[in-house]
Amino acid sequence: MVGILQRMSGLRAALRYLSAHRVFSSTARARLSSAGLCSPVLTCSSGQFLFSSRQVHAGADAPKPSPSAAPERLPFSRVTLQDLDFFRKVLPGRTITDPDLLESSNVDWLKTVRGSSEVLLRPQTTEEVSQILSYCNSRNLAVNPQGGNTGLVGGSVPVYDEIVLSTALMNNVLTFDSISGILTCQAGCVLENLSLYLEERDFIMPLDLGSKGSCQIGGNVATNAGGLRLLRYGSLRGTILGLEVVLADGRVLDCLTKLRKDNTGYDLKQLFIGSEGTLGVITAVSVLCPRKPKSVNVVFLGCETFEQLLQTFQLCRGMLGEILSAFEFLDSECMRLLNTHLKMSNPISDCPFYVVIETSGSDSTHDGEKLQNFLEEAMNLSMVADGTVATEDSKIKALWSMRERVTEALTHEGYTYKYDISLPVEQIYQLVTDMRTHLGDQAKSVVGYGHVGDGNVHLNVTSPAKDPALVAAIEPFVYEWTAKRQGSVSAEHGLGLKKRNYIYYSKPSQAVALMGNIKAMLDPKGILNPYKTLPDDLK
Amino acid sequence: MSGRVLVGVKRVIDYAVKIRVKPDNSGVVTDGVKHSMNPFCEIAVEEAVKLKEKKLIKEVVAVSCGPQQAQETIRTALAMGADRGIHVEVSGKDYETLGPLHVSKILAALAKKEEAQLVILGKQAIDDDCNQTGQMTAALLDWPQGTFASEVSLEGDKIKVVREIDGGLETIKINTPAVLTADLRLNTPRYATLPNIMKAKKKKIANVKPADLGVELTSRLEVLRVDEPPQRLAGIKVETVGDLVSKLKETGKI
Repeated sequence: MVGILQRMSGLRAALRYLSAHRVFSSTARARLSSAGLCSPVLTCSSGQFLFSSRQVHAGADAPKPSPSAAPERLPFSRVTLQDLDFFRKVLPGRTITDPDLLESSNVDWLKTVRGSSEVLLRPQTTEEVSQILSYCNSRNLAVNPQGGNTGLVGGSVPVYDEIVLSTALMNNVLTFDSISGILTCQAGCVLENLSLYLEERDFIMPLDLGSKGSCQIGGNVATNAGGLRLLRYGSLRGTILGLEVVLADGRVLDCLTKLRKDNTGYDLKQLFIGSEGTLGVITAVSVLCPRKPKSVNVVFLGCETFEQLLQTFQLCRGMLGEILSAFEFLDSECMRLLNTHLKMSNPISDCPFYVVIETSGSDSTHDGEKLQNFLEEAMNLSMVADGTVATEDSKIKALWSMRERVTEALTHEGYTYKYDISLPVEQIYQLVTDMRTHLGDQAKSVVGYGHVGDGNVHLNVTSPAKDPALVAAIEPFVYEWTAKRQGSVSAEHGLGLKKRNYIYYSKPSQAVALMGNIKAMLDPKGILNPYKTLPDDLK
Repeated sequence: MSGRVLVGVKRVIDYAVKIRVKPDNSGVVTDGVKHSMNPFCEIAVEEAVKLKEKKLIKEVVAVSCGPQQAQETIRTALAMGADRGIHVEVSGKDYETLGPLHVSKILAALAKKEEAQLVILGKQAIDDDCNQTGQMTAALLDWPQGTFASEVSLEGDKIKVVREIDGGLETIKINTPAVLTADLRLNTPRYATLPNIMKAKKKKIANVKPADLGVELTSRLEVLRVDEPPQRLAGIKVETVGDLVSKLKETGKI
């Protein structure tokens, strides 16, 4: 098998070959080993010393490492006392080496990955970031840019002893133009703080996430965060007007334009949006903000079947149209977790599916009327089994938290395996149903929730503790299922550490190769956020 | 007891809204600001609806005093399960000076007119924090009162009320008819569900003027000035315990 695979390039080809010649029954999976089918390809096609060294030491019969596990440490320099002296000169009082203080920067929010960084740097200005990176580049020291550390794919924390470069102290708003709605601010501004700042001035941020109390705008941009408002305001690729980025060698790239339209040359900022800190460190952001809606309504509905949920979505699009600002769903399993772990009670009667709909408009009377008509129609056509409406801020927050806190409720189950998949809208729940059948009682809970409107489902599987057998059952089943339907294996969470090697399920190998070229051009020494985003077989 | 319950509901600025004082310090900004039912009134409505569901009372009537928009608040009560509403029209200058004494007189008149067995109100409104209407209504009617109720149970023609007081909880038994005011822990108000919201549209809201009830709205109080609470000053950081002690001495604290 190994010999045949060596002739293949890229995982897609391998997949096609294997699926044609093998049936992926449970027996086949057991024979393949816990790593799934990715590693055999990687071990032979890469000239990497890291995998070959593993093979040499571990022997032919040893279990292959999982594609989401960390690779071997690359030969970066290690931090010396001289390095610390330099950092302390540039950032007096903001060079942290105390292990207790480093703890929260070394572990991700989900508590699933842990690094062993010994240095946390907290610059306040772009100039300081530039000096740090210039130094680290010359010294061949790896750097892990870190914002709010709320990422879900292990991309925000060090894998080994990378220096953590935190933007937490770069939290100033620079300018705000109340006519154009264009805000410029430093990358370390917490999203919720920006929202509060803007709301006082009658504007809002174009994105909203459950983690808004901790996540920073720089990190949002670096991960091209989606969130709850994407349906209405679009992605950051449209709302970010400019960026200031510090490159790997310390050069400051000032593309912080405040213009709505600027077609002069290649749009470099698009490279950095979603680059997950691997092409440069974002230090300032210019964002186009929408006006704060005068009238916001939130509706919480219950549907008997997913088909009815989709019909409700179509009806909603038709009758609410321009005022629709969010359409989210959660299943009854999510409700059970909210009840059990967070003591949040169901606002309506028990249903298999729940929908959160938000409308945002400029006239509460018009919007109220549109909403009433829609709700009456939905009830008359029996698309909706039950529901409730909120117009007051307090109730709106309460209803939104039913959707926003599912992620939190899941953490109380033990260990959560998270999958963020985008598919054609009609198919998004099929993945959850198929996974449930597939896993049987191997998993504690299998839940699905997410952005119906964007065709994005968050599939979560929980177990009391980390369970390699469970992972083996889930992966690569979930990725193959997705690839078969031309979906994305990471709709909005990014690839980070955990999903870097699955990129081939959603991107052709030429695309990935070109990404590698760009990385090599912008960061020749590979010091920016190594081990992440791009697959191990590139270099 | 199988009678009618009168529930007072007040339209106030939503508790999650940031309050702004008018530039002329004459009051707070209410134009274009989100309003909703006073949270304690919601609890009162919930308690009344619960009693009806237990078949201990026959009818729940929701009452609100205010301008046209007060009807929205009554509709919310109807969507929660009240049977009909009474909107006492008070607007303009009269509404600006409307206070607990006026409302108590109105509620007392209505309680007599509707032959209510029970009047349930919120313990206080979150805009004025007066905590007077329930008590004054009971006095005007010469009815017993069970205020700050965290538990209510009907026992024949008497009502057992567990009250939240400073030292803990006090249990009293009062005769009916009576006035009760709801405290926070009495219940958790239900969400108005869609089927009920639809049903509520068909329920009746009667219009009444204070004059019809023989109530005069002249106010004996005049608001002189409204100010924001003083800004909280930033703290000072000190490096050592010695510094802390000297700073405390400096500012005369020790």
